[in-house]
Amino acid sequence: MMPSLRLSGQRALWAMAGVAIIGVVLPLLLRSDFWLNFAIMVLFFTVLGQAWNILGGYGGQFSFGHAAFFGTGAYVTAVLQVKFGINPWLGFVLAGIGGGLVGAAIGFLSFRYGLRGSYFALVTLAFAEVLRILANAAAFTGGGVGTLIPLKQTAANFQFVDKTGFYFVIFALMLIGLLLAYWLENSRFGARLMAIRENEDAARALGVNAFAIKLGAISLSGALAGLAGAFYAQYFLYLDPRLAYGPGISVEALLVPIIGGMGTIFGPLLGATVLHVVGEIARKVMGDAVGLNLALYGMVLVAMVLFLPNGIAGLARRQRLKPKEERL
Amino acid sequence: MSEPLLDVRHVDKSFGGLRAIADVSLSVHQGEIVALIGPNGAGKTTLFATVAGFLKPDAGAIGFFGHDILGSTPDRICALGLVRTFQIVQPFAGLTVRQNIAVGAHLRHAGRREALELADSVGRRLGMAALLDRPAIGLTVAARKRLELARALATEPRLLLLDEVMAGLNPTEIDEIVAMIRAIRDEGVTVLLIEHVMQAVMSLAERIYVLNNGALIAEGTPAAIAANSAVVDAYLGHGAAGKLQAKQVRHA
Repeated sequence: MMPSLRLSGQRALWAMAGVAIIGVVLPLLLRSDFWLNFAIMVLFFTVLGQAWNILGGYGGQFSFGHAAFFGTGAYVTAVLQVKFGINPWLGFVLAGIGGGLVGAAIGFLSFRYGLRGSYFALVTLAFAEVLRILANAAAFTGGGVGTLIPLKQTAANFQFVDKTGFYFVIFALMLIGLLLAYWLENSRFGARLMAIRENEDAARALGVNAFAIKLGAISLSGALAGLAGAFYAQYFLYLDPRLAYGPGISVEALLVPIIGGMGTIFGPLLGATVLHVVGEIARKVMGDAVGLNLALYGMVLVAMVLFLPNGIAGLARRQRLKPKEERL
Repeated sequence: MSEPLLDVRHVDKSFGGLRAIADVSLSVHQGEIVALIGPNGAGKTTLFATVAGFLKPDAGAIGFFGHDILGSTPDRICALGLVRTFQIVQPFAGLTVRQNIAVGAHLRHAGRREALELADSVGRRLGMAALLDRPAIGLTVAARKRLELARALATEPRLLLLDEVMAGLNPTEIDEIVAMIRAIRDEGVTVLLIEHVMQAVMSLAERIYVLNNGALIAEGTPAAIAANSAVVDAYLGHGAAGKLQAKQVRHA
């Protein structure tokens, strides 16, 4: 009945299987710590980008404050561990729940009052900034000095002597992100979310409860970002308010899917890979001149946004559409 | 007569100083095709938006299928079986035609596969078989109008509110869509339509309501409406009916 659609769904599943196999084999090939760390960071930003992609890419709600969810996840794990001795694996799960709850709270407040577009973006940015200032002031977060997670390298403690352990945790999280995106593309929830992205009033006229769907999407997005935050805390064992809630993370979260392709399953993976390869090359090329690597990085970003408005994943799609259809 | 399917009573809606709908009452019975006509700016689309829950009226009551739907939300009203289309078509531009229709189908079908299959059959029934895998953004005006109709129909409604689905179509396309609307009614869906294409209104509608400056000025069968001097005045200007009649007398 639906040849093209089911094929693309199947193709996505095959591609996911391919990614899974490559991902399992990769650490055997990456002999150096440098490259293993590189792969971990790419996967970490893929997860963060996928979190943003769920809400922004599929739902059309552009958040500028994903640090609010990320930072909450990171602090939940760190504070529970340092202050209450709660195992970081349990903290990891609670971080996901915490990120989801912060998402639900921000979503409830902003979607209830019909905030869309740039207003929504500004409100999310404001929430992240408020949380940053609160984390800076509160005593239990360690304030501006930050929180150090004591070194105790056992797998039961979510700290690995060998980086491969971290690699497989973040790799599994990345796969979960892919599966979530696949589910969005093949479920009623996802169909309704994309309908809201395309035209909210038309979706409501067709029986879609836009508020409930958006609330679900921001909670899911917040949960995944919270998990990424918990991973970050365990990997670096140090947090401060700027790292956790600062705009840097929010920008990375949206840059990755925008460069890779918003509203696509593999967009965040492509985006994170390309961004980090470009970033690394810029560092190598500009070597000694401090800051020039960032200038080169920025120039590449501008060029990509200019010439690939649909991201890297949009390249393949563009060739399939006839130019006439695309223009209208 | 049995209780009407849609019962609008004394509805009022103002935007600032403008009274867009003034004390409008109308009813639509199960199985009817009813038309709502009137000059541009008469308040027809505002009335649709109010009935479908997009606007909250200042006063009045709206009953649908035995429920009080005044102040309810569009999605709940749609779930009860009342669906509207938009005069200015609102396709989900980035999705294919099939995916567009499936959003409507999902109202009563949770499964993706069932919804896509229903979308497929609704699309084929409205003559869009060849367009199903096309992105909605590349469709012609006629196809976009049909897509509006298809999406609404996929929600399996009791009552369809069609807002100018024939505007901008050529005579052949109008004939096709008239036949489709009749077929939809014959399958048990009641239809209330706003339309400016009079030839279609006259052949489709069993009853017509005429709205002018927010108020109902006439109601009746197509023949009675065509002969109503208040309606002719509303469309052609005050006193036009009298002049036309005088002219006809002279010719006779």
